[in-house]
Formats: sequence, C-alpha cells, structure tokens
Amino acid sequence: MISAHKLTKRFGEFTAVDGIDIEVRRGEAFGFLGPNGAGKSSTMRMIGCVSPPSGGSLRILGLDPATDGPAIRARLGVVPQRDALDEELTVRENIIVYGRYFGLPRSVVRDRADELLEFAQLTERAESLVEPLSGGMKRRLTIARSLINQPELLLLDEPTTGLDPQARHILWDRLFRLKRGGTTLVITTHYMDEAEQLCDRLVVMDGGRIVASGSPRELIALHSTREVLELRFAADDHAPYQPKLADLAERIEVLPDRLLLYTDDGDAAAAAVHERGLEPLSVLARRSTLEDVFLHLTGRSLID
Amino acid sequence: MSAPTKTRPGALVHTLARALPVPAGAGMARALVERNVRAFRHGWVTLVSGFFEPMFYLFSLGVGLGALIGDVDTGGGRMIDYAVYVAPGMMAAAAMNGAVFDSTFNVFFKLKYAKLYDSVLATPLGPRDVAVGEISWALLRGLLYSTAFLVVATVSGVVTSWWAVLALPATTLIGLAFAAVGMTATTFMRTWQDFDYVQLAIVPMFLFSATFYPLSTYPDALQWVVQATPLYHGVALVRDLMLGDVGAGLLVHAAYLAIMGAIGVVLAARRIESLLLK
Repeated sequence: MISAHKLTKRFGEFTAVDGIDIEVRRGEAFGFLGPNGAGKSSTMRMIGCVSPPSGGSLRILGLDPATDGPAIRARLGVVPQRDALDEELTVRENIIVYGRYFGLPRSVVRDRADELLEFAQLTERAESLVEPLSGGMKRRLTIARSLINQPELLLLDEPTTGLDPQARHILWDRLFRLKRGGTTLVITTHYMDEAEQLCDRLVVMDGGRIVASGSPRELIALHSTREVLELRFAADDHAPYQPKLADLAERIEVLPDRLLLYTDDGDAAAAAVHERGLEPLSVLARRSTLEDVFLHLTGRSLID
Repeated sequence: MSAPTKTRPGALVHTLARALPVPAGAGMARALVERNVRAFRHGWVTLVSGFFEPMFYLFSLGVGLGALIGDVDTGGGRMIDYAVYVAPGMMAAAAMNGAVFDSTFNVFFKLKYAKLYDSVLATPLGPRDVAVGEISWALLRGLLYSTAFLVVATVSGVVTSWWAVLALPATTLIGLAFAAVGMTATTFMRTWQDFDYVQLAIVPMFLFSATFYPLSTYPDALQWVVQATPLYHGVALVRDLMLGDVGAGLLVHAAYLAIMGAIGVVLAARRIESLLLK
C-alpha cells in the first residue's frame, strides 16, 4: 500500500524526516510512534499527497504522489490532527459536502451519509451544527467524513489525543471494525497503549529517523524485559540508589522521580529490594510497554 | 452532474488557467461552490447588505444629490439626468466591493481560522480548484446583487437602453478581476489589521474612478492615472452599456478586466499551493 525508500522532508535548514524506509501492507494497522516533533505528521502529510517529499522515493497504492496526487487522494481517507470540520455546516452536511469533493453523485453521498452517521453514533445530532459537539463527537465525525469515499487506506494523525478515556475506547472500537472490514490503517500516536492496542506493526520515530520497527510484542521482547519494577524513594535524587540495586535487574533507568528496574520477575526483584533494608515509598511491578522501549532507545520519555 | 469537467461556473477561467503553468486541480471547483451555497443558506443575512448598499447609494446620490445637480453632459454633448449618469457607477462599484469582500474577509477566515482548504486539499481537489471555486462563488453572488440592482434601477426609470442587459456580464467581469486579485492579496495577509491596506486601495478607486462625475473633470495628467486603474474601466464599461453608447472602446475595458482576472486566478492558485502544500 505504501512503500517509502530514504524518504526525506526538509523545511529550509531543518530536516523533519531524515531518510526513512517504510513498507505498509494491505489490511494491516501500521503505527508511527514517537514524541512531538519526531517527524510523524510530516511523514503523514507526504503520504497524504499534500506535501512533496524533499528526497527519496515514495509510492502509494502503486502510484507516484508527484504525478498522481488527485488519483491517490481519491482512494485515501485522512483524519488530521486538528479536526478541521466545516463549522458553517451541519453534521450531516459535513459528510455530504466532503463526499462531493470526491465527485461522488448526490444520491450516493446521501445514502452513505446515513450509514456513516450511524457508524459514528451521530444520527441524533445529524442536523446540529458542528460547534456544540463534544471533542469525542467531533473526532468521530472527522473519521466518518474521511470514510465517505470508502478509502482503501485510512490515515489517522493522533486520533485520540485530547479525548477522555471513554471517548478513546469508543474510537478504538470503531477503528477495529474498520480494520476487520479490510481497511488499511496508518496511525500516528504518542500513546504507547494506543499503539499496542491498535497496531500490528509499528516504527518508533525520533528526530526524523526510525529507531526501531516491528510488532509491539517483538519490540518489547527485543528492547525491554518481560516486566518492570518501578521504585520511588523519599529522595530528591534517585541516582545514588542505582549502584545498590544494579545486580537485581538486567538494566536500570534513573528518572527524576523514580527508578525503573528491568527484570523478568518484578515481584522477586521487589522482595530482594526489601531484603536489602531499602524502604521505597512505592513499589509497582508491571508489564513492559512500548514506553520502556522508547526510553531504552532514546533515553527519554515519550510524553515530556 | 456525473461529468465533472463539463459546463460549470468559471469554465472560462478554468480553461484559461489550464493553458498556463498553473498549480494542479482536478477540475472540481464546482464542489467548493456547492459547499459555499450550503454554508450561505445558514447565513443568508449577509445577502441583504449586498442588495441594499448600492441601492442606498443610488437613491441618496441619484435622487437626493441629483436634484441639486440637474443634468450631466455624457461627453458627446448629450445631456442626461444625474441619476441616470450615476447608477452605472454605483453598479460597477458595488460589483467591485462585493468581489473584494468575498475574496478577502471570507477567504482569509477560511484560510487562517476555519482551515477549510486544508481539508479540501486532502481530497482530489487541488489549489487551482480552490482558487477557481472561491472566485466563481464570488461571481455568482455578485451576479445576484447586480441583477437585483438592475431591476430596481429599471423600475426607478434610470435605465434607458436595452444594452443595459449586457451590464450583467460586465459586472461579472469586474467581479472576476477584483476577486482574483483580492484572493491573491489575501494569501499575503497575516492579521486582520492588514485589511486596512485593502481599504486604502478600494476607497480611492471608489471615489475617483469617474464613478460620480465624468473623467473630463480631471486635468489631462490625472486623467491618465485614473484610466490606468481597473475600476475606471469597470465603470466605463457598465456606463456605456447602460446608456447605450456602444463602441469598440468597450472591448478595451473588457480586455483590461479579463486579463487582470486571468493573472489573478493563476497567482491565487500558486499562492494557495505554496502556503498549504509545503
């Protein structure tokens, strides 16, 4: 579906995307995980054919965005970071007008709008203007709108940023349904739980480069341990504790407010800490996440 | 509507644009026009001001001031009532004002705040469609106003020739010239304060383009300056048609406005491309 080789995007002196290689296959959910400024959105804009690459090659649906932009965009669905809904129109009109941009006949657009309103759970609000809708509803409307042309490939730029947990789960559910229906999803996110929930494969981006790639499970297996033990001590600086605990874990990360011990058995490590007479304020043994992978690869958290 | 490249508003502009090195479009500008028509239904009040402004001018100047002025010499020794003289000027100026308003304030809002074109460009539509669509919409609205004005002017007895029907396409040409250049100017604006520059260009043209009195009032040197400005050609075109003074000079006026419009459309599309597709 997407094939990029040494794909680069520069804005003047600044290199936003620095020679990345990507291969997205039909029917999969592919993720770009990384902090703000990693180059995710620039990559998405290039894939969406609204930003010409500065270097490298890019093929989407087997076509070249430089020459076949309109033909590619006709088969894409785009959910941008900012909803950018048409506030001068009603909920239903937003879907209908968007469909007309694709040159779809009025009767087709009308029928699909009814289905999409149902899918987005917005049927009751169909005649409302956009402005009074909640954040979750606007997001669902943006997704509904992007599906009007029955896209083969759906691009979602941070689909759940700024939504409350319940709204996120509704949205994830809708995206799962799309994927089951055969739509290829490309998602950017800086939430590791979202990437783990939704993505079959993902790349971790930092500073315009890909620093790791694979399935969430593979990445965790490769770059982290099975479990993580989080320790918080009554101290401003956690660094002095590191040597005292170094032999209890494969690896230790020192964060400003806590220590992370990477180990295959968190509970055993916790017991060992207590045996040494150390008294942490809090102890948490948990599964490894993509956050740990990112921390290991870059030395920084995903969300600052 | 299954053939997207067939007859639609702005077809001429579109054909012209295609002949030049202009940014990409999918020939789907009418979809944007349709969007504007829908949005307009929710905010139809704005329509009213466009209807009334030129009519207020017509009655205040033509009827009120006209009583003091009496008859005016059209240049060929023919004396006409001042209301008959000033009505075409008002019609041409209203076409300019309407086109400028649509292509500056309205486009600026959509470009910077509503981010409408960001969504539009994610579909098959290209920057040329955005430019042609918005300008076509400004022309359609302008045509509505001009028609209403012509009807009122006819009922008031200030229309004296059947040639006046051609004043409608003439005002559309004025709209094209000003909407296209106005949209280009809008792409350079950063804040609402920048619109003061628009007023700075529009108000002198409105007052001095032989709108209210004949060109012969000016000394020779100034006449050349006035004749270089676009509204002068708009006023002259509409006035000659409304008074039935038809000659080859009309073609010069029309050509001036058409060329200005064509250049404006190309530039507007290029600016939209460089602003949004980077």
